Amino acid sequence: MLNTKDILETINMIREEHLDVRTITMGISLLDCQTGDNKETCRKIYDKITKRAEKLVETGCNIEKEYGIPIINKRVSVTPVSLVGGSRSADDYVEIAKTLDKAAETVGVNFLGGFSALVHKGITANDKCMLESIPEALSQTSKVCSSVNVGTTRSGINMDAVKICGENIKKLAYLTKDDQSIGCAKFVVFANVPEDNPFMAGAFHGVGEPETVINVGVSGPGVVRSAVERAGECDFSALADVIKKTAFKVTRMGQLVAGVASERLGVPFGIVDLSLAPTPAVGDSVAHILEAMGLESCGAPGTTAALAMLNDAVKKGGSMASSHVGGLSGAFIPVSEDQGMIDAVTRGSLTIEKLEAMTCVCSVGLDMIAIPGDTSAETISGIIADEAAIGMINNKTTAVRLIPAYGKNIGDSIEFGGLLGYAPIIPVNNYSCKKFIERGGRIPAPIHSYKN
Amino acid sequence: MKAVITVTGKDTTGIIAKVSAKCAERGANIIDITQSVLKDYFAMMMLVEIDGLNVKFGDFVDELKTVGEENGLFIQAMHEDIFNSMHRI
Repeated sequence: MLNTKDILETINMIREEHLDVRTITMGISLLDCQTGDNKETCRKIYDKITKRAEKLVETGCNIEKEYGIPIINKRVSVTPVSLVGGSRSADDYVEIAKTLDKAAETVGVNFLGGFSALVHKGITANDKCMLESIPEALSQTSKVCSSVNVGTTRSGINMDAVKICGENIKKLAYLTKDDQSIGCAKFVVFANVPEDNPFMAGAFHGVGEPETVINVGVSGPGVVRSAVERAGECDFSALADVIKKTAFKVTRMGQLVAGVASERLGVPFGIVDLSLAPTPAVGDSVAHILEAMGLESCGAPGTTAALAMLNDAVKKGGSMASSHVGGLSGAFIPVSEDQGMIDAVTRGSLTIEKLEAMTCVCSVGLDMIAIPGDTSAETISGIIADEAAIGMINNKTTAVRLIPAYGKNIGDSIEFGGLLGYAPIIPVNNYSCKKFIERGGRIPAPIHSYKN
Repeated sequence: MKAVITVTGKDTTGIIAKVSAKCAERGANIIDITQSVLKDYFAMMMLVEIDGLNVKFGDFVDELKTVGEENGLFIQAMHEDIFNSMHRI
């Protein structure tokens, strides 16, 4: 028999504390779409996505209604296109991006991920064309998201790719300058990228994945913050328990939705991504959880420790609630998408260096950070290399999604609206790393990667 | 299968009558009714069996929502599994 208290708790979580399923993402393999002819490849890609994901949005909306749990995004991820295109020029890849955009439009998803390349060890001729096409491709489409994996613990860091990515981010900022350089929000550079991540902009359908798959990303910073506040002045052991219990409940809901979606769509269930994904809505902030733990402002000494504990407790609580955990699984710290982070940057308590330290202990990396428009491509590459090094050495996923907002400087801000939010421009250390980046080649894999 | 109908808002006469009339019309069998106060608002909960519904559950959810809107209330029907999965191991 259902207990009144439990029912009210669930309803309160949904209505007052912004509990939601952040995304149902359908992964679709495009490996069978490769042909020798780009037009034919595009046609096959369009047909496959629109056929496989035909009922995705409708099914998501029905589940949302029947279970009363908001499902914010329905999305599609595809095989990294550099493996599918087999194309001879960057223009071909721009055409593929436009095809993906059209397919996303047809099936009604707000983002489609997988305009991606895995170049952590080397760049093939296809990869090269694909990387070259990214600025044009993302500036001429609206729903396509792109990612590049530049390093892994096993293979080291491909510094040639890091250099290209820095240049791409600059070009992308310029090409979308009339729209606050929004193109950069759709491009993320990874180290140790997961192949089953349902969250954008980094989602793609890995090569080891089945034909199609359903991955679900849960959220719930607001729920965790309320639980931390209710816990009062307890010690860390008790606090970790409170977070674990909350994460368990949030994840169970994600597992339920994933199971129902998988059954109704006739597509295998992949993973639940146990992430705390903030939104700009008041009360849905990861920074506010850290502040509820006892920090005056996010970025104060203690922030990294607080985030480490939060991240670990979320994983411990969530992992028992789901049959398969995957993706990024942890707390996200995107600046523009988190009101608490935005406030902390604005009041000067949170800097890019502190954010970098925080990425050592949370799920991803330097995310949705607006930097001055005149930041050089090499400096951006340097920041990417630092993040990739953290990921490589610590055997974790790290990522960089920076927006060098064209024509903007310290004191300005950019506003994307919606889930992408807004961001004050944050200062960057501008001492040059040009000579370092120009060396090229690969940073060798660390000694502890040789596990066989 | 069961669903939980929650009604929240300002107390007025005939709330239960209106909600149960809709349940009867659509073939939802009421198993239990309870009420409680959460923060500042009145909350009523109904457990209903939905196997005999004569419309799709999604449509039933919409119809109850409309009854709520017409009476200045928030009425939501949710499949019981959401509560079971969250609160039972």
